[in-house]
Amino acid sequence: MCVKRVPDTETRIQIAEDKTRIDPSGVKFIVSPYDEFAVEAALRTVEEAEDGEVTVVSLGDDDAQETLRAALAMGADKGLLLQGEGSTDGLATAKALAAELEDSEAPLILLGVKAADDDQSQVGPMLGVLLDRATVTGVTAFRVEGDTVVCDREIEGGVEVVEVDLPAVLTVTKGTYEPRYASLKGIMAAKRKPLETKEAEAVEGRIRVQQLTYPPERGDGQIVGEGADAVPELVRLLREEANAL
Amino acid sequence: MADVLAFAEQRDGQLRGAARETVSAAATLAAELGGSAHALVLGGPDLGDLGELGGFGAASIQVGAHEALADYNPEAYAPVVAERIRAGDYVAVIFPASILGKDLAPRVAAHLDVPLATDVTGLEVADGELHVIRPMYAGKAFARVTLDATPALVSIRPNVFQPMEREADGAVEAFEPQVDAGALRIRVRERKGSSGDALDVAEATIIVSGGRGMKAPDNWHLLEDLRDAIGDGTALGASRAVVDAGWRPHAEQVGQTGKTVAPKLYVAVGISGAIQHLAGMRTSQTIVAINKDPDAPIFNVADYGIVADLFDVVPRLTEEVKKLRAES
Ligand SMILES: Cc1cc2nc3c(=O)[nH]c(=O)nc-3n(C[C@H](O)[C@H](O)[C@H](O)COP(=O)(O)OP(=O)(O)OC[C@H]3O[C@@H](n4cnc5c(N)ncnc54)[C@H](O)[C@@H]3O)c2cc1C
Ligand SMILES: Nc1ncnc2c1ncn2[C@@H]1O[C@H](COP(=O)(O)O)[C@@H](O)[C@H]1O
Repeated sequence: MCVKRVPDTETRIQIAEDKTRIDPSGVKFIVSPYDEFAVEAALRTVEEAEDGEVTVVSLGDDDAQETLRAALAMGADKGLLLQGEGSTDGLATAKALAAELEDSEAPLILLGVKAADDDQSQVGPMLGVLLDRATVTGVTAFRVEGDTVVCDREIEGGVEVVEVDLPAVLTVTKGTYEPRYASLKGIMAAKRKPLETKEAEAVEGRIRVQQLTYPPERGDGQIVGEGADAVPELVRLLREEANAL
Repeated sequence: MADVLAFAEQRDGQLRGAARETVSAAATLAAELGGSAHALVLGGPDLGDLGELGGFGAASIQVGAHEALADYNPEAYAPVVAERIRAGDYVAVIFPASILGKDLAPRVAAHLDVPLATDVTGLEVADGELHVIRPMYAGKAFARVTLDATPALVSIRPNVFQPMEREADGAVEAFEPQVDAGALRIRVRERKGSSGDALDVAEATIIVSGGRGMKAPDNWHLLEDLRDAIGDGTALGASRAVVDAGWRPHAEQVGQTGKTVAPKLYVAVGISGAIQHLAGMRTSQTIVAINKDPDAPIFNVADYGIVADLFDVVPRLTEEVKKLRAES
């Protein structure tokens, strides 16, 4: 399964001088939250099957070892760091991952539904096409049934149940996969688990960031009032000033 | 050529609101580039009336009808869409960043070997080149990007690109999609939960969203009453705290690990405004906050705030909205 190192969601980001990147100094990095759900889903799958192992793969610089160790501490068995540059071009990332996973015999490859930095939500389905594996996105729960896996996925206003042939690629969203905390024992054990490092296939991204900007400031808001008596005035403002009702 | 193709999404044979947005965005872009906009619709044999897309600027409406395309199946859809794009000559292709679009567009991009920009909030032409604006870091930054490939694939965030009426030919051109229904490795077993017409929070034009300040799931009738009073196009949203507590379904969660929304009006009731919540709703056009704590961070992004007990304010608000609706 694939994990990405991203800035902590609490972090206030600072745009770097060249305006095409964020300034990483002082930023705490974490395992992307959706990837934690995917780690949890992977661990539960092998626990239930009482068979198999979980390998975590990350494409990034050496600091991504920390991310892999965090997943190992949760209970994954092996880590693989593909040294290379991340890119907002998900297709470049997917190609680098596909080059590594092409010969993988793992019946299931799990990813997060989106990475909490570039928010592209695309690497999973791209990887599925590149590997020519059946792929389902936005999975909230799944179970293996013989040669297939049955997935619940969120759709507008409901849930869709789909059956896919193995081997498959799934992108996982929160659903029931509340990620477990790494125990102290897990953290100690993670230090001894195998973590391989190799160079990633170099794929050049074709999305160029010209400029990063901060979101437009929201106009100065106003407190319409304290207490329910402010409601008629609020409704008037929403109707006449904001044109929102 | 400077033509732009819009994927027009349908469900149960009816065009979805997002179809008007992709076609309008394509028409605007095509006009700037000196080309024309075209719509692509895939569906079952009983597709409803599609001519309306002409009214939003589609010069042609390419329709591929097939049993196996009635309901969305990515393995059936993606190759057909990729093939239509190859067969044309487009500078850009616009998908909706709906649940379907977020699933489909990356697959098409991989089939065509071109990059994709997802959840885009702006499309601009500068010096003849397409510049795409998209949020990153959950909306804490906006990136202006260019795509070094043709066509440029983008998916647009719902509710950001307003539908614009603009007359064009809208000539329907049917084509025969190639689908090998027997070879599909993904099969939809069922769709459950609310019916197809239930409005998803990410598509709503108005959202009434509740947080831990609501105290208990039993109190949600207050928000349901407000939603019903406001009327069509209104959906309920929730903070993660109440979803984690099991008070509301995850599908309603707004924020970094929930949905990103950009409605015309977002009413935050008993929500403190944590950074991960703001990430999902700060691009809303108008934000109203109802919170008893004057220092709650939600007031920093709110256009209008009321500092009060929500249990007093919400019923009153429902009443006033009903009055307003009765007048108009
Ligand atoms: C990785 C990560 C991802 C996250 N993703 C999300 C996400 O997607 N979405 C999300 O929402 N959160 C997310 N969070 C959680 C977020 O940090 C907050 O914990 C959460 O948003 C708080 O929810 P809340 O505002 O409902 O509750 P609280 O913070 O408890 O706020 C309740 C508010 O209600 C007010 N209140 C109480 N009683 C009343 C009353 N009677 N009348 C009026 N006001 C009242 C209080 O003043 C308070 O401001 C995430 C956190 C992490 C770490
Ligand atoms: N550099 C990376 N290394 C490993 N996995 C990644 C990387 N980038 C993205 N992914 C995976 O792809 C998912 C979706 O990412 P994205 O399409 O960038 O939003 C993430 O949740 C990860 O599981």
